[in-house]
Amino acid sequence: MKIDWAALGSVFGVSLAFTVGLVALFTLGVNGLSRREKAAAQGGSAALAVTGAYVCFAACAAAVAYGIYLIVAKP
Amino acid sequence: MESFSLILAIVVVTALAFDFTNGFHDTANAMATTISTGALKPKVAVAMSAALNLVGAFLSVEVANTISKGLVDENGIRPEVIFAALTGAILWNLLTWLVGLPSSSSHALMGGLVGATVASAGFGAVHGDMLVTKVLLPAVAAPIVAGLAAMLATRFSYGIGGKADGEATRKGYRAGQIASAGLVSLAHGTNDAQKTMGIITLALVAGGAIAPGSNPPTWVILSAGLAIALGTYIGGWRIIRTMGKGLTDLEPRQGFAAQTSAATAILASSHLGFSLSTTHVVSGSVMGAGLGRKGGVVRWSTATRMFIAWALTLPAAALVGAGAESVTDLGDWGTAVVAVFLVGASATIWKISRREVVDHTNVVADTAEPAGVVTTAIAAVTPPPAGTVAEDLSATIPAPAVTAATATDPAPAAPPAAAV
Repeated sequence: MKIDWAALGSVFGVSLAFTVGLVALFTLGVNGLSRREKAAAQGGSAALAVTGAYVCFAACAAAVAYGIYLIVAKP
Repeated sequence: MESFSLILAIVVVTALAFDFTNGFHDTANAMATTISTGALKPKVAVAMSAALNLVGAFLSVEVANTISKGLVDENGIRPEVIFAALTGAILWNLLTWLVGLPSSSSHALMGGLVGATVASAGFGAVHGDMLVTKVLLPAVAAPIVAGLAAMLATRFSYGIGGKADGEATRKGYRAGQIASAGLVSLAHGTNDAQKTMGIITLALVAGGAIAPGSNPPTWVILSAGLAIALGTYIGGWRIIRTMGKGLTDLEPRQGFAAQTSAATAILASSHLGFSLSTTHVVSGSVMGAGLGRKGGVVRWSTATRMFIAWALTLPAAALVGAGAESVTDLGDWGTAVVAVFLVGASATIWKISRREVVDHTNVVADTAEPAGVVTTAIAAVTPPPAGTVAEDLSATIPAPAVTAATATDPAPAAPPAAAV
């Protein structure tokens, strides 16, 4: 019996890294937006936070696009 | 399609029925957390999932080809064997749906195939180590991989996110959850609809209707995609309830982490060639997300029943598959008997399910929320809700709110052991 530990290990590593990374990015993005919400409530703006937020979301969108690419172009 | 015999027609119809139960059973994978956190309305969620499943079915035929080309010896297999295998898989899917437990449709299908093959050609025809590497190991690995990822992601997210709690936060996680749930649906369509296409193609080859090595014909792709989409849209609400509310309580942020972890693990595993079952991945990630939040609880009694169902999936489907194959072996009337039995048993399960209806109206209702023994003990500070009047069975079971699942399958009244 041959168990493909390498494949299992890489699935584990990739899942862990991607999930934590994506969720962290998204959380940062949401934080940025919520900062704008707070700033707007006080009459100010949070341009830096909002820019950062959109960068984060763009990265997440890229990851989703890559996911769709993987689904469509099955090896 | 000139030599389209009756048995072939039966197999195709049964395969589509299996595809339907597959979609029906697995809606929960993509949409349970989305529904339970309120990111999407139940009907909208299943409609979206159904549409993406349909799209996914058309995206590629790679998976279908691996099933219909090479995995099984195309010369040795008869349509009756496939029919018997599908019978086992469908019945197991319906039974687990009745008790509201998520279990892998692929394992049910493999179990049915193994059982039917053993009954038809003996134990030598099954590769034992294939079974371990392709079925057992992934079943153990999937929830651990996805669970750990979801747990760490949840913990991290709460760590850096603090207590952000505005409109932007709510909307943000809602959108994120919908996106990742969509990915899971799409991946499910490409994988599971194609399994059925593979089976139908295999049957067509076995019955001599198309040449060995052909791609699935267009009508097969179309009907398989439609069957799984229809099943998804009708929705296995019982399983959605277990997955979305039964295992743990999820906040939107946890739902997002769970769904992202599930999508990532599914894509990574199918891309890197170590296939994990969608059901196992999602269950694991839901539990992981539950554990990741401070004060989060996983209802281990529900989880334990789910694990037992996983362990039983393969042998149970195999047993039915083997039994069905021995009966079809008796001749054409045997096949008819199996067909009648399949329809009868499905109808019976459906009938039993009507005793307590779970649908989109009460899928997230709090009164219907399964309260495990452990959870009840933790929540003992608050007075338990009045026993649900609708269920006369609740009198025999100490837990205050008895679900459909616990009613049909009384949970062991184990003392509260692990509460994390």
